Amino acid sequence: MSNPANLPNNLKYTASHEWVKTEADGTISIGITQHAQELLGDMVFVESPMVGRKLKAKEECAVVESVKAAADIYAPVNGAVVAVNSELDSTPEAINADPYAAWMFKMKPDNAADVAALMDAKAYQAVVDSEAH
Amino acid sequence: MVDFGGWDMPVNYGSQIDEHYQVRNDCGMFDVSHMRVVDIKGNGARSFLRFLLANNVDKLTLPGKALYSCMLLENGGVIDDLIVYFMNEGWFRIVVNAGTADKDIAWMKQQATQHAPQLNIADHPELAMIAVQGPNARAKVWDALPGSQELTKRLVPFSAVEMGAMFIARTGYTGEDGFEVMIPAKAAPYFWATLAGKGVRPIGLGARDTLRLEAGMNLYGQDMDETINPLEAGLTWTVDLKSERDFIGKAALLANPPTRKLVGLVLLDRGVLRGHQQVHTAQGMGEITSGSFSPTLNQSIALARVPKEVQIGDQVQVSIRDKMLAAKVVKYPFARNGRGLI
Repeated sequence: MSNPANLPNNLKYTASHEWVKTEADGTISIGITQHAQELLGDMVFVESPMVGRKLKAKEECAVVESVKAAADIYAPVNGAVVAVNSELDSTPEAINADPYAAWMFKMKPDNAADVAALMDAKAYQAVVDSEAH
Repeated sequence: MVDFGGWDMPVNYGSQIDEHYQVRNDCGMFDVSHMRVVDIKGNGARSFLRFLLANNVDKLTLPGKALYSCMLLENGGVIDDLIVYFMNEGWFRIVVNAGTADKDIAWMKQQATQHAPQLNIADHPELAMIAVQGPNARAKVWDALPGSQELTKRLVPFSAVEMGAMFIARTGYTGEDGFEVMIPAKAAPYFWATLAGKGVRPIGLGARDTLRLEAGMNLYGQDMDETINPLEAGLTWTVDLKSERDFIGKAALLANPPTRKLVGLVLLDRGVLRGHQQVHTAQGMGEITSGSFSPTLNQSIALARVPKEVQIGDQVQVSIRDKMLAAKVVKYPFARNGRGLI
């Protein structure tokens, strides 16, 4: 299934299968991993958080729904929502097509060190492997 | 893979939505070997089934003809829904759901002990079943099974014919034309591979569910079960209350007129309807029994049990997480034969 080579090394990851990318302006983009989209299947609906909302790490803040099931998306760190990708409203299948390009929302983290402390690709791969038995 | 009544079954082979369209637009095949075949043989099979089933087997006069029916408890609750095929006066074939098969057979045998002890009731777990469904399904089966075209080209919908050790029925669970082929399990892999060689794509449980939901077909355990009677599950059309005939559950159905009914919902707001979501209507609360995303309509649809006063065209509210979303009450099916009907 998920091949280590598929996990971009420039991203951070969470145990709940979000990826986190630090942008040049210090904000972070959040999406779901290849592994998560494979499990969920064809995406049909994305519910994004409100811009401006303050989030705590591991707080439920968004939802993706595939034909099969709904899944919660969790804030990777403390911070505020600064943007949402409204293109996914009409094209949720972009998450299936290219999960690492289909960012769902952006946050301004309270503390950049929190982002640095998230899992790297190798640690996340171990999480995925452990779920596969 | 998921566990489904003790069977490991694939939810999807690839994209579930692609599989759905494949069946609506061309054809696909489903391994439905989990469905159980039960043969009722002997003198008096018809009169026993007349008493056992809520629908009236007297509607079956031509050999091979099939009838959809519920089998009820005395209190009117649905033990299972099934298809019964009339082959001859000494042989009726019943196909039941996987998860309920053992209790169904126990119930049939218990009833037969009391009312028709001469009957032989035997299930056939050694029969596999492959459903080939879609506008091109029959042609693909004809191509894969030499001799089948001659035998089945005049087979009317909802009827079946034997072909050697196989049993070919023009039935299904998708709202499309096609066949359900019962075949000895040891021959099934070869038949499956032959169909695959003719370009027939495998379809998983996920698309099977969206196809049947669009077609407005009930799923046992979701849309009805032993606590629900067929009159409150959209199955009034399958219950014969007009004839003099008595059947198990009839007295309870007559004594308890339905207060709820099954309707279709189409979600007007963005989101996805799912089973067990609460439905708020002007006449009281209801609940979604089956909900999903409809690829054909490109919006979310559901079956919901609501107070019987709710009317087609009414707007209702559905609780989804922390929101109340607007939905419209519609007449179902939502889609049949490749086309949306809403």
